[in-house]
Amino acid sequence: MPIGIQDYHTPATLDEALDLLGRYNGSSRVVGGGTDYFVDDARESGGQPPHALIDVTGLQGWQEVRREGDHIVIGCGATHTRIVASPLVQQGAAALMESCGLIGGPQVRNVGTLMGNIAHALPAADGTLSLLALDGEVAVATPGQALAWMPLAQAFRGPGKSAIDSTRQILVAARFRPTGRSEGSAFARVMRPQGVALPIAGLACRVAVQNGTIERAAIAAGPVAPTPFRAARTEAFLRGKPASADSLTEAIPVLLGECTLRTSPHRASAEYRREVLPALLREAMTRALERAARAA
Amino acid sequence: MPIVNFNVNGQTHPVEVAASDFLATVLRERLGLTGTKIGCNEAECGICTVLVDGTPVNSCIYPALKAAGRAITTIEGLANGEKLHPLQQAFVEHGATQCGFCTSGLIMNGKALIDHNPDPSVDDIKHALKDTLCRCTGYASVIHAIQDAARAQAGGPRTFTPSLPETIEPLNVIGRPLPRPDAVAKVTGAAKYSDDFQFEGMLYGATKRAGVPHARILKIDTTRARAVPGVRAVLTHADVPGKNLHGLVVADWPVLCGDKVRYAGDAIAIVAADTSAIAHAAADLIEVTYEPLPVVDNPVDALKPGAPLVHEVPPVGSHVHGNELKHIFVNKGDVDAGLRESDVVVSGEYQTATTEHAFLEPECSIARITPDGRYEVIVGSQIPYSDRKQVADALGIPEKQVRIKGALIGGGFGGKEDITGQIHAALLARATGRPVKILYRRDESLLVHPKRHAVRFVLSIGAMKDGRINALKVELWGDGGAYASLSDKVMTRAATHASGPYDIPHVKIDCHAVYTNNVPCGAFRGFGVTQSAFAVESVLDEIARQLGMDPIALREKNALRVGSTTNTGALIREGAGLLKCINRVREAFARDLAAHGRDLNSPRHWVEGNKAYGWGFATAYKNTGLGGGAHDKSEVEIEAYEDGSVEARCSAAEIGQGLPGVMAAIAAEELGLPFEKARVLLSDTDLTPDGGPTTASRQTFVTGNATRMTAIKLRKHLAEVAAEMLDVTPEAVRFADGRVSDDRRSVSFGEVVAQAKREGRDTRLSNEYEAPETRPLGTGGDMHVAFSYAAQAALVEVNLDTGEVACKKVISATDVGRALNPLALQGQVEGGIVMCLGNALTEEYIIEKGVPFTNKFARYKMPNIKQMPEIVNLVVEDPAAAGPYGAKGVGEISSIPTTPAITNAIREAIGVRVTRLPVDQEQLLLARSA
Ligand SMILES: Cc1cc2nc3c(=O)[nH]c(=O)nc-3n(C[C@H](O)[C@H](O)[C@H](O)COP(=O)(O)OP(=O)(O)OC[C@H]3O[C@@H](n4cnc5c(N)ncnc54)[C@H](O)[C@@H]3O)c2cc1C
Ligand code: FES
Ligand code: FES
Repeated sequence: MPIGIQDYHTPATLDEALDLLGRYNGSSRVVGGGTDYFVDDARESGGQPPHALIDVTGLQGWQEVRREGDHIVIGCGATHTRIVASPLVQQGAAALMESCGLIGGPQVRNVGTLMGNIAHALPAADGTLSLLALDGEVAVATPGQALAWMPLAQAFRGPGKSAIDSTRQILVAARFRPTGRSEGSAFARVMRPQGVALPIAGLACRVAVQNGTIERAAIAAGPVAPTPFRAARTEAFLRGKPASADSLTEAIPVLLGECTLRTSPHRASAEYRREVLPALLREAMTRALERAARAA
Repeated sequence: MPIVNFNVNGQTHPVEVAASDFLATVLRERLGLTGTKIGCNEAECGICTVLVDGTPVNSCIYPALKAAGRAITTIEGLANGEKLHPLQQAFVEHGATQCGFCTSGLIMNGKALIDHNPDPSVDDIKHALKDTLCRCTGYASVIHAIQDAARAQAGGPRTFTPSLPETIEPLNVIGRPLPRPDAVAKVTGAAKYSDDFQFEGMLYGATKRAGVPHARILKIDTTRARAVPGVRAVLTHADVPGKNLHGLVVADWPVLCGDKVRYAGDAIAIVAADTSAIAHAAADLIEVTYEPLPVVDNPVDALKPGAPLVHEVPPVGSHVHGNELKHIFVNKGDVDAGLRESDVVVSGEYQTATTEHAFLEPECSIARITPDGRYEVIVGSQIPYSDRKQVADALGIPEKQVRIKGALIGGGFGGKEDITGQIHAALLARATGRPVKILYRRDESLLVHPKRHAVRFVLSIGAMKDGRINALKVELWGDGGAYASLSDKVMTRAATHASGPYDIPHVKIDCHAVYTNNVPCGAFRGFGVTQSAFAVESVLDEIARQLGMDPIALREKNALRVGSTTNTGALIREGAGLLKCINRVREAFARDLAAHGRDLNSPRHWVEGNKAYGWGFATAYKNTGLGGGAHDKSEVEIEAYEDGSVEARCSAAEIGQGLPGVMAAIAAEELGLPFEKARVLLSDTDLTPDGGPTTASRQTFVTGNATRMTAIKLRKHLAEVAAEMLDVTPEAVRFADGRVSDDRRSVSFGEVVAQAKREGRDTRLSNEYEAPETRPLGTGGDMHVAFSYAAQAALVEVNLDTGEVACKKVISATDVGRALNPLALQGQVEGGIVMCLGNALTEEYIIEKGVPFTNKFARYKMPNIKQMPEIVNLVVEDPAAAGPYGAKGVGEISSIPTTPAITNAIREAIGVRVTRLPVDQEQLLLARSA
């Protein structure tokens, strides 16, 4: 931890956390499990360390996964372990269960949070991609202002750049409508043992199927753009197509057409990503379609 | 700092904590609970795991204040007094702890698992332990231990019987599967490694590193560092009182650089301060002005005329010529004629990667001046006496003024032979008069210590139609990096083993060990042979394809056997178990195939869904002992006590391979004592005689023999005493079961010792053993005292969509001469195979233009538990006459053939020949779709 840190707060309520944040007025920082912050941010961003950290994993009412009306709500204190174990998520957001289950190992999942994953703003963050495919929204709390929900897609500015200012705002929760009848979701990714410890590519999707026809598809992929990316053209292409392997094959050029595939040193070449992205589309969509069929 | 209550292992402790402290700091430094270990500080290795309210977390990144008020459980909280927790007991009995540094992390995760799951499947265990690394065991024993412990905890039997390979009939102690003597301390967290020691008034050291790979130093400004409050000393090259160079073979490595830097990890200055954070912050403030020099970053370019010179003046006593550190030749027959007359010739170019030992314990040295004015250095070193000499030389004092006290070593694998912080800590202790600890952070460990050589091979092999290999020609270039370390020896071994364990009439090997501005390279389990095996076994596989011959049969046809002559001209007279290894693997392979409805004539590749499968095969051999004309010696002292116990002493390092177990077993065997009555003290240069380096798989052989001879000497000596007590001749007395007897009467071993003491006789004897003479390379004759052999078959799975490779199964047969301890042997084999799997599939130390990209564990992936293959471990015992009870080295051999077995299997599965390590899934996929 940066030695400049003078206080580590573990507020028990959202009000208390906001009060602290307001009083520090930009010189403190919100943290979740610290599995990104203590490992990368604090060491590599240089700059002035904050005076205090405000750990928001213990806020009453925001530690669990719960149902609220049409939505599943995941609080900023819900760890990946809790998300994966939640029956609500298992039934209504298989993609999220899969992606949060792939993050790190048990010790990282036992403390790391989905809000941290979102706030870290990497274009291929696993949990984030699934939430994006689920049409997720996030609630942002700012001292002195009402809690505001916004579409997840608006939470990113660029690679590693969040639209949420973690020195002044708290991502309190995420929510989405769970998959229902004839719907399914899934997540797939490829890693490589050498070089940078980030996924080569990841892809999450959510589908609704009616009488063997894809009624709606939502596809999120990364890193194929500066921020986590919704493949809108591929989604439009798949709408109304038969729920079949052929449709997926036909969709591949569309997906490759709208993704910007780059070569990232010590991670993957653009050519390789071009090879694996179609495989991820096939894998995730096939699983999501199977789930949709089972949920008929 | 505020005082906060922590609830640890059921007790409340008030502790002073800073907001920036992590839980690990509170546990280790404030509460002295040092059973929790730190391997990386980046949430990668998982060995720092503790339970918070029953949930495993990495204590290295868990804020201390977040843990306050919660129930924290550490490894120290598991045993109930003397009674071990079932997990601890099972880890001991299954041999699931070797160096022990990861053990508490594995056990704590295991505990969280079995507390909720009384009958975990193998997959459950792999899931729970996925991010808890172990570099030694290969994980199989860990899985068995956790399953057995779960059963015991659920009320099942509390005895744990590991399944072990078949071995020959044991003696009283030798040949029995005995747990390591230090296993209990390792599973309870009581075992002490260097960083676990604290001293009154101790300071913390930090080192200013070059950061640039090649430059002339124009100015070193330490003013700002000295001004930092809490800094007690800042030293540069000008402050080295003795010789400012160290090195294992030639002294070419500056203690502190003054004129130029040759690699990014070079040390420029050292700081001692009240805390480690202050020391590091101050080191960062040291300003060095450089004139950059051109960087030479690979051995082939380094040999070109006009290449920048890494060492402008050849180091004293070296064979350096330009950047060529050593040129090594092996010649047998007439290779050009041999290739000409061959029916097929296959040529190829192969490149291996620089790899990192990734021992989980980062380097740590503590130096202090003892009341008698001498220097004491506590360090987990592989060569204590060499440390002593190098520290004394740098301090400009006689060797006797330095005492190296070996702490337990949390993994070495060759990476703890060179000097790291030993001299620096001693210099800082000298300057401040206080104890100084230098603990490397993981990034520093990655930056500084010597790695495994990246080697380039250009080779051709010629064979006859019937499969006889007629000629082999190879040129190899080893990237030795900036300093000599053991490059000369490692590349000599790479060269002499570059024709594989085969009897080939015509051989020419031309090997260059070369200086570059990369990280230095030195010893690493396999010692150059790991690299050669990859190249030669790959080309051999292609020969088999061209000849349409079974690759197993091809190896069998050419295998070294009694009567063969090696490429260096040594006649193999005994102990050549390679043919047996090949046979054992073939039989087991056939059984495996039969279980899947196949046989040895079926294709060895198939496709299921989007996965392709293939089997590959490889063999290997590895010398035991230094060889090459070196005097290979070890001295062991054994003292007998009135309580019926003995202590065997030697300065030989235990790096997890099980040396204390071997020494204790031999002493117990020869003196007729129960195993528990033989203690072992290692690596204290004041108390233990020189056992030489722990390298070249030599300790079992050399120190094992020394132990045996000393024990026999002591037995004869005590037999005289006993003979008088029993009133018989010394020849008539027997030593067994802790008693000394003739046919009618007996006295206890302890009584004999007591009597000897009363008579004023020595109860402490020592003996030096020197291995049979060997010949230097190029002079013919025996270059080595013995060779170990191995054959392995590997099954791989290649994902046809992504190119990802997994090794599913390895069938291994290893000729170890004699299995002195089948439990320890199993650990060496399983651990070696998984380490070599990493060499093939996951590991690469990436360095570009002399600047390492691999600066943290997140960028260096050793195999985790999910990547381990199923291992069938077969043992062949073809004894070496000179070895103790016939034993040869076992530490390295198993870690050599796995890489080519895997890459040959990939060739079989998808038709792509891997010529560059590690296997790159991207290249595989692109090569296939090309
Ligand atoms: C060994 C290891 C493996 C990993 N593997 C993966 C992986 O496979 N896939 C993957 O996607 N990630 C991975 N990660 C990264 C990380 O674990 C995840 O991104 C995790 O979800 C981060 O959550 P956290 O709560 O720990 O975030 P933190 O580290 O606490 O925070 C991350 C950032 O978000 C900010 N922040 C956190 N919470 C809030 C909030 N509620 N409001 C506002 N700002 C906030 C912090 O200020 C910080 O800038 C891995 C990390 C490690 C150490
Ligand atoms: S994970 Fe904590 S020390 Fe490695
Ligand atoms: S025993 Fe696991 S790292 Fe050594």
